[in-house]
Amino acid sequence: MKYRVIGNFLGNVLKIEAILLLLPFLVGIIYHEQVAYYYLSTALITFIVGFLLSLNSEKAPVFYAKEGFISVGLAWILMGLFGAIPFIISKEIPDFINALFETLSGFTTTGSSILLAVEDLSNAANFWRCLTHWIGGMGVIVFMLAIFPNNSGNNMHLMRAESPGPQVGKLVPKVKETAKMLYIIYIVITLLEIISLKIAGMPLYDAICASFASAGTGGFGIKNDSLASYSVLIQIIVNVFILMFGLNFNVYYCLIKSKNRKEIFKMEEVRYYLLITIIATLLIAFNTLSQYGSFGISLQQSSFQVASIITTTGFATTDFNLWPTFSKAILVLLMFIGACAGSTGGGIKVSRILLSFKMAKEEIHRYIHPNEVRKIKLDGKVVEEDTLKSVGLYIQIFLLVFLASVLLVAIDTIDLIESFTAVAATLNNIGPGLNIIGPTGNYAALSDFSKCVLMFDMVAGRLELLPILLLFAPRSYKKI
Amino acid sequence: MRIIIVGCGKVGATIIEQLSNEGHDIVAIDVNPRIIEDITNAYDVMGLVGNGTSLKVLKQAGIDETELLIAVTDSDELNLLTCLLAKKAGNCKTIARVRNPELSEDISFISRELGLSMIVNPERAAAKQIARLLRFPAAVKIDTFANGEVELMKFVIPENSPIVGLSLSEIDKKFKGNTLICCVERKEEAIIPNGSFVIEANDKITLVSSQYIAKDFFKSIGIDIKRVRNAMIVGGSKIGLYLCQQLANKNIDLKIIEQDKNRCEELAGILPQVTIVNADGSVEAILKEEGIEDIDAFVSLTGIDEENIFLSLFASKCGVTKVITKIDRIAYNEVINSLELGSLIHPKNIIADNIVRYVRALNNAQGDSQIETLHEIIKGKVEACGFTINNESLITNKPLASLHTKEGILIACIRRGKEIIIPNGQSCILPGDTIVVVGKQKQIKNLSDILVGDNNS
Repeated sequence: MKYRVIGNFLGNVLKIEAILLLLPFLVGIIYHEQVAYYYLSTALITFIVGFLLSLNSEKAPVFYAKEGFISVGLAWILMGLFGAIPFIISKEIPDFINALFETLSGFTTTGSSILLAVEDLSNAANFWRCLTHWIGGMGVIVFMLAIFPNNSGNNMHLMRAESPGPQVGKLVPKVKETAKMLYIIYIVITLLEIISLKIAGMPLYDAICASFASAGTGGFGIKNDSLASYSVLIQIIVNVFILMFGLNFNVYYCLIKSKNRKEIFKMEEVRYYLLITIIATLLIAFNTLSQYGSFGISLQQSSFQVASIITTTGFATTDFNLWPTFSKAILVLLMFIGACAGSTGGGIKVSRILLSFKMAKEEIHRYIHPNEVRKIKLDGKVVEEDTLKSVGLYIQIFLLVFLASVLLVAIDTIDLIESFTAVAATLNNIGPGLNIIGPTGNYAALSDFSKCVLMFDMVAGRLELLPILLLFAPRSYKKI
Repeated sequence: MRIIIVGCGKVGATIIEQLSNEGHDIVAIDVNPRIIEDITNAYDVMGLVGNGTSLKVLKQAGIDETELLIAVTDSDELNLLTCLLAKKAGNCKTIARVRNPELSEDISFISRELGLSMIVNPERAAAKQIARLLRFPAAVKIDTFANGEVELMKFVIPENSPIVGLSLSEIDKKFKGNTLICCVERKEEAIIPNGSFVIEANDKITLVSSQYIAKDFFKSIGIDIKRVRNAMIVGGSKIGLYLCQQLANKNIDLKIIEQDKNRCEELAGILPQVTIVNADGSVEAILKEEGIEDIDAFVSLTGIDEENIFLSLFASKCGVTKVITKIDRIAYNEVINSLELGSLIHPKNIIADNIVRYVRALNNAQGDSQIETLHEIIKGKVEACGFTINNESLITNKPLASLHTKEGILIACIRRGKEIIIPNGQSCILPGDTIVVVGKQKQIKNLSDILVGDNNS
């Protein structure tokens, strides 16, 4: 293991976090809040630590796959630790575990909160929570690749470790340009959302926070009732934008490159993502019709909740805890499906689900015609055996981690639905679960042990398991 | 610049490495998904699995925005077809590798008719270099500039040479030769020396000169320049064939040892003057029987690097003065340089140099100077570029002493018409000159790169 390379890398990540910490400081200054200076001092500490870590740098840092995965895993944990400092020293979230939970929940774009009343927080703190969503959505390492000079091809290992999806490819030949392109698309859509929300009558600060939280498909609200108290128009705008952030960003690249527009319709993942969303919305709309009285309202509510869950955002405009069981079951299933690969959303990802269905179909066909040779295709192209294997394995490991977490959380939670959905909501980076951790509840009542398990799930879910599991594998630290 | 490279074998990978280091946007295409995976893991390039002759694949690689396509697959015909298609589909510049000797006879016709920008033939380029070394055996490596009139010669200083212990300015005074030592390798270090640099025995030095002047210089510093009268070649590959063709009228007796009977018969048909021996050249007894102890030069050209290395070591042991070893694949430069292998020939590097030179020239087409030749003197460390000065610019009509060149940059030679000038501080560069620049810093793309400060790169 090349510890110097990893140290240097982590140093650079912390430097970026230090710069980001200056933004809530500015917000605090604008609102004349005393807490602002806690962010400034944290920024200083973070920068100094980052500077010290990157002092001992190698001239030409080379990342191999192993170092890439370990670095990314460590970077996310470190970001959480340093990002939690302002909450602790400002005493807004005095407890260490709670502060770390809140920060990791932010960076991993989960959006599970331990806060009983978010409105009591300072504007700076709420801004920081939403900013962690925005950074975590596209990923700080992708950001780093976009701004730091790099020549070696090994950086692809870093990008692969942080970006979601079974096959991480490039949009353009260079990693740096690809990362830049992704962030440009990300920033432009976020700005569009802020402007649309402002025009729809949302206060600017609320609009920025809501946009950041939806861009990263995070789901931290700055109001106790999430988005329920805003106008229907605002809810519809957010609804549309979170669906957009759940799309594979390749779609936007193709849109820019006018020649490839036809390619968009060939992307099976996008087609199924939209199909699943529409079907789930309609099913729930009919199922909850009696509860809301009018089809318009039930459609709007169901559409928002479905979009919020499938993109793993976790905003709420209504308490879906009160919905009929069938609707709740659909939502729980959507939690596992998740958004498209290459988006900012979490979950297993539509493409993996799609491929596993195709694999199941293949397996059945094999029994009917044992000697037939068939190939699984996605977007009209044959999928490599290696990719199929890794998709199968991913779902297996995902299940193992999920079951183990449910077991651990069940030690001290009240009912099974709660422990089940708590893990589902964190491992898939959604946020709210059912019962006491539902949209109107929060995670404060859980024990510290359960919170630790859930924190692990959040980071594991965001980085798609392997970087985090590698951190805990003793083999990683052996010389041979 | 966006460049598509079709075929990622030995040559393809070397080109990808060099061009991606120079910051170009590269799309690599190969039919083998494993190779593409390795390439994209090692270099910052986009990989595509597919056949370069498929229009769909070329479109996917972005042929519309591509400026250059390089086809270096195994098959000549595939390369030519890919280039033809790319030219029609994307109107880009194209480079193809063509190495079949039969095709290469009509190469200028093919190149013209298909609209190719360049055709590369690693085997022939390697043979050319070997032929040059055989004609001037004192040098370990020879690179030519300005149509062969200026040469860069690398050689090892023998223990008993009169220049050991002298500084460069003393050598200059003593020999008054019109030569310049532009680069010194000492162990793993590469040095661009100044006047006070002192030469030690076993230094590998690179000299800028013309061939005739260099001969005298070599004689005076105690290096044997006996002419090569006969040469033994092990391996009757394409390089061997090209080499014999190039040495045809040079009054050198040649002997090829080739294992394959059919190949021997083929060669015997094409090369009547050459002695063709059908035997296993890797057997000690056979080499001895064929007279390895009495020959002037030995060239190992088998398809296996390890075998070449062994054969050359054995030839050195037998007292052959000029040994030339072809290395295709093996990288371990430090180890290989420490062995007594004589001159090393890396066909893929020769081609990569040619292509990189072409790309740099393409990049700098509108500049006031044009890069014409590029040679790596020491792999990855020092390179020499030949430039033609087209117009007046920052560096023309000024004494060299007043130019603020970057550290580790040396203007080694100026050719004006027929005259070869080894410049001193008072020399000026005029439009129309060809100059040779030696630099430690990689990527001399145009002449403004050699000046400190106000460059536009």
